[in-house]
Amino acid sequence: MMHTEVPLAVEVTDLVKRFGAFTAVDHISFTVPKGEIFGFLGPNGAGKSTTIRMLCGILVPTAGSGRVAGFDVVTESERIKTRIGYMSQKFSLYEDLTVEENIEFYGGVYGVSRHKLAERKQWILEMANLTERRTSLTGELAMGWKQRLALGCAIVHEPEILFLDEPTAGVDPISRRTFWDLIYDVAGQGVTVFVTTHYMDEAEHCDRLAMIYNGQLIALGSPQALKDRTVSGVLLDIQAQPAMAALEALEEAPGVTDVTIFGSALHVIVETADAIPSLRDYLTARQITVTALEPILPSLEDAFVALIEQADQQAAMGKE
Amino acid sequence: MPQRIWMIMWKEFIQIMRDARMLVVVIALPVLMLVLYGYAINFDVKHLPLAIYDQDRSQASRALISAFAQSEYFTMVAWLHNNPQVTQALDRGQAKVVLVIPTTYSADLAAGQTTAVQVLVDGSDATTASTAIGYAQAMVQQHSAQIAVQALQGAGVNTSGVSLPVDNRVRYWYNPELKSTNFIIPGLIAVILMMLATLLTSMTVVRERERGTIESLIVSPVMPVELMLGKLIPYVLIAFFDVMLVMVASVLLFHIPLVGSPVLVLALSGIFLTAALGIGLLISTVATSQQFAMTVAVMATQLPSVLMSGFLFPINSMPPKVQLLTLLIPATHFIKILRAVFLKGSGFADLWQPTLFLLLIGGVMLGLSALRFKKKV
Repeated sequence: MMHTEVPLAVEVTDLVKRFGAFTAVDHISFTVPKGEIFGFLGPNGAGKSTTIRMLCGILVPTAGSGRVAGFDVVTESERIKTRIGYMSQKFSLYEDLTVEENIEFYGGVYGVSRHKLAERKQWILEMANLTERRTSLTGELAMGWKQRLALGCAIVHEPEILFLDEPTAGVDPISRRTFWDLIYDVAGQGVTVFVTTHYMDEAEHCDRLAMIYNGQLIALGSPQALKDRTVSGVLLDIQAQPAMAALEALEEAPGVTDVTIFGSALHVIVETADAIPSLRDYLTARQITVTALEPILPSLEDAFVALIEQADQQAAMGKE
Repeated sequence: MPQRIWMIMWKEFIQIMRDARMLVVVIALPVLMLVLYGYAINFDVKHLPLAIYDQDRSQASRALISAFAQSEYFTMVAWLHNNPQVTQALDRGQAKVVLVIPTTYSADLAAGQTTAVQVLVDGSDATTASTAIGYAQAMVQQHSAQIAVQALQGAGVNTSGVSLPVDNRVRYWYNPELKSTNFIIPGLIAVILMMLATLLTSMTVVRERERGTIESLIVSPVMPVELMLGKLIPYVLIAFFDVMLVMVASVLLFHIPLVGSPVLVLALSGIFLTAALGIGLLISTVATSQQFAMTVAVMATQLPSVLMSGFLFPINSMPPKVQLLTLLIPATHFIKILRAVFLKGSGFADLWQPTLFLLLIGGVMLGLSALRFKKKV
């Protein structure tokens, strides 16, 4: 099998987490090879954080198994702890400690030797561009700085695998860009990065993505593969007035397989590109003004929306 | 392993030192409580307002009145001239005690007959009333003995050899002046430390949970026991500092005699603090917010420590079932220890029993919170 050749950083089999009657994570299985940037994409409440927290040993799974760095998350969590770094949504920094003190504290807790710690601290301060603010109280830093410091603290002990739970929540776009540059740096050093997000643009940065919805894994693959696979047919971007009438008309139109509202435009999937001219006539005949109608490449969001619709349909059918 | 405990201690100390509120709680609160409670709680009954209704208006009656007026227990506030005024003085609370001397007072004395004076006491405040009655009785007795001796002298009897057949000589041991502060302050030390120690630790774990830092600690290789010790030790040191602060303040401000060994007090404080900090830690592992933890800590420590520990009200006069309950309160045992060491100079041999109780309570509390910790962390 494959895992004799490429060692796995994370291996999840039929993982389940229930909170009372609510199933937060529903039989998820996937693997993450070493060195990959693995994205966990899904809306809020989909079960992303719950999964990451089970892998890091904060929550105990209800059923199924998980292995991180080759160790079982339930029975060998102590051996996992020294091998992973974890950065939570809340950043987990002590606001009443200075930048340096936070690094020293986490370094000390992870047993980094004094000599090594001095070296790591220097590296983190430079990496996060915090050298000049080393003696500032962490609570006084802007979000972007805090986020980079939290990343630094999570990798102070040079973990094999880095878990990032919504690391860019509440951070401005420029800081998010800088942060992703740092993630690439870390991954470039051979660290496996496991990151959850609900930002589509961030998901594009990942080597591979798991899309998760209502606790279930609905798709797994590279961003490109997901886009190619899920959107069969041709995707059209249509600007038309009045928009509601256009939406209703298009849903009835021949050759159209799907219509979704996308900002001020409509995204329509048709079976072949041949249908484009007749579609324009179809709309005009119904007193709808078409200002733009062109084929576009599907985005990750299109893929995600399509996948969620499929999942909802399957769920509805399952109920009947 | 020691490095991780050390790191948590170091971090905890920095946080305490940078938290102004914490410093107020650690330094100002115990001294403030000591001063407020110490001056406010006072069972000594002195300068009771006294009104006089002298129907006799004789030299003899004035002698009795001056005996009352000169004592420090009573302060003359009014001369009354009729019965309605007597009722009014007591009703209005103008006087707590009214001395009524009948018209026949001097005549009866002169005739060598027994006479009666009436002492009316406002019984609405039972404690004060019973003390006032005691004082009044003693004073009247002393005065009548004097009159008897004078009468004998007047009759030409040599009184130098005469004495009362039985002389009742009461000596108050350990607190010769019966100062109530000597009784209150050692108990107060226990009440203050109980609240402080519980309050300090009750916030420590909740704070990590509130700020989300607890997750990073759970993910780290820190063991629950290491986390608990790393968090407890700084507070034990701070609580010891407070023990000394409150002890010194008691001796300096209230002149409480420390007859016994200060080292013994400190050593036994350590055991008491373990119990109190254990309760705090237990609260912290259960509480969901700092606010909640604080409220529970104050409620769980202040009420039992003040009302049921023997601090103000004697345990012996409580119903038997409640007496058993008082054994569960750490302050009960520590108050016994403090009063004994401060006032009696007792040694450890006299105190093993309350010490054992404190050890038991402390052990159970720490055990319980360690169990809670394992589940949560």
